[in-house]
Amino acid sequence: MKHNKPKNVNRKPRPRPSLPKAPTGIQGLDELTGGGLPQGRPTLLCGSSGCGKTLLAMEFLVRGAVDFGEPGLFMAFEETTGELARNFASLGHNLKALVAQKKLALEFVHIERSELAETGGYDLEGLFIRLGHAIDSIGAKRVVIDTVETLFSGLSNTAILRAELRRLFRWLKKKGITAIITGERGETSLTRYGLEEYVADCVILLDHRVEGQMATRRLRIVKYRGSTHGTSEYPFLIDEGGISILPITSMGLNHAASTERVSSGIPRLDAMMGSRGYYRGSSVLASGSAGTGKTSLAAYFVQGAIARGERCLWFAFEESSSQIIRNMRSIGIDLEPGVRRGTLLFHAERPTTCGLEMHLVTIHKLVNQFRPRVVVIDPITNFAMIGNEVEVKAMLTRLIDFFKMQQITALFTSITAGETLTEYADLGMASLMDTWLMLRDVINGAERNRVLHILKSRGMAHSNQVREFLLTDHGAELRDVYAGPSGVLLTGSARAALEAQEKAQALVRKQEIEGKNRELDRKQQAMEAHIAVLRAEFEIEQVEATKTIGQDQTRAGVLVGDRVQMARLRQSDAGTTGKTRRHK
Amino acid sequence: MKTKPKANSAKETDAKPVVHWKLRLYVAGQTPKSLVAFANLKRICEDHLKGRYTIEVIDLVETPRLAKDDQILAIPTLVRRLPEPVRKIIGDLSNTERVLVGLDLIPAPRTSA
Repeated sequence: MKHNKPKNVNRKPRPRPSLPKAPTGIQGLDELTGGGLPQGRPTLLCGSSGCGKTLLAMEFLVRGAVDFGEPGLFMAFEETTGELARNFASLGHNLKALVAQKKLALEFVHIERSELAETGGYDLEGLFIRLGHAIDSIGAKRVVIDTVETLFSGLSNTAILRAELRRLFRWLKKKGITAIITGERGETSLTRYGLEEYVADCVILLDHRVEGQMATRRLRIVKYRGSTHGTSEYPFLIDEGGISILPITSMGLNHAASTERVSSGIPRLDAMMGSRGYYRGSSVLASGSAGTGKTSLAAYFVQGAIARGERCLWFAFEESSSQIIRNMRSIGIDLEPGVRRGTLLFHAERPTTCGLEMHLVTIHKLVNQFRPRVVVIDPITNFAMIGNEVEVKAMLTRLIDFFKMQQITALFTSITAGETLTEYADLGMASLMDTWLMLRDVINGAERNRVLHILKSRGMAHSNQVREFLLTDHGAELRDVYAGPSGVLLTGSARAALEAQEKAQALVRKQEIEGKNRELDRKQQAMEAHIAVLRAEFEIEQVEATKTIGQDQTRAGVLVGDRVQMARLRQSDAGTTGKTRRHK
Repeated sequence: MKTKPKANSAKETDAKPVVHWKLRLYVAGQTPKSLVAFANLKRICEDHLKGRYTIEVIDLVETPRLAKDDQILAIPTLVRRLPEPVRKIIGDLSNTERVLVGLDLIPAPRTSA
């Protein structure tokens, strides 16, 4: 024997000689157990009364008989065969038909203490003979004994009983029967009479807890010798289709991410996300306090999707469908044609009508039937009424994974309490969402106004701006908000007042500018006039100057002429010299 | 099979109408326990029901069907089929007092531990 404990710790790829397993055919259980219950060995199924032991065991037999060709024997200590057939008829199993086809045998073992007087040593060979006979009569491969512990209430000699039970389990094993033995949950141990001592191969525990008045069924594989198995508690539910267990591990993070974008139905909101809206298949959370327009945001999204011809499924956990339709009409959205044409389906239900996993399965079922491309869950916060944060988060994780695998764009709304920064603690689901729109009330000037901003949006550029979210009878509008002098957001009439004020200021400014321009013009004109005057003066001066220069020259000429004349008159010879100089 | 009719000695000491007892002992093969049980039963019957009882021994190994039909779990099981009501006693019948109480031949002890 090699001691290779450390290797077992990261029990990943090493293919081990796998234990032969008998598939249960129960949704989720085979995934948890890696293929089913240990074949040819007994499995102990324990839990308190009413937690679904009998049902799970019977489903194991019925599926075995119908789907896997393994006839089964149900040995009941608590219910008569007639009761069994009736009870399971309501779950869609026709036991009588299976019995008639020899695929199933029902045996009722009647024990009543008052009828039994014990007068000495005995054994349970009668039970063994009965079992053996029943097994042989239909060639049973699967056996359920429900609940063998009833023997303890019928027979007082526990020493004999224990020995006989030990023998029974050995006997079943030797016969190669895949068996389920059910046992009542004990106070301190798994079963009241310690059956787990005898059944060592596989122990499954069912639980039915009531928390906050909501009952939740859970399943846990306590032990499975020689096989890996899921170890957590998994919620399961019982409905008309039988048992379904939805292990988180059956989902995964291997969904394809789409690059396609879908409009939010509000152009300005699309604009805030790079003009293109959400990613197809992403999960969008619209959170905000009551009355901030979350449902309206969802309605716009749905309206847009319907317009694109996409099927939408709307889970309403707060309002009836007709109420939503009426209310949305008041903001200019008519959802009714979509409902009539069958492209929009409302599923309105109070969250408290059933437990979390029942909701989960309802959603699964409807999605699988309706095949929507867009799902609205309005609001998710109401689930907190029926489960604690961990459970709700687990459920939402599974939902989101499920939607993503189906490439469904999902919009969740969530009600936050008040103005505190619960933004970051919305059911701890911040990390699950791809796009998170935060709607908020802003109160100032005795008014309440809605504002919207994008808290996050994975994988896309998005605006960091806060916008005022206006719901008018002709649709939604996103307006820029104004930051007031002290940094507070101005919305609503305050924004309008500020807008007016700014308009006035702009007018004043415009007038001022115009005035300045005029002044400038005037100054220019003045300057030009001044220039004209100067020029005129100059011109006058110029004219004068020219005139004077002319006179001077004339005078000079005259002087020279005079001198020449005088010289001539004096008959001097200076005349020639004077002449040449002058005419040069 | 091994039926042991012992119906005679009609005249009883009492004038009560004679009730014939029909008893069935279920066994599974000739095990020591079943042999002990049969011996005990016969002794008790001889002591208390002499001449007005029938014991039918049923071996479930040979007729396993009857385990279901008669709701037999423990081996050995003694069933009083007549007189009515049907009573069941399990074990090898070694505790005679309990057998007598079980068969309603003596009243149950008032306050026994």
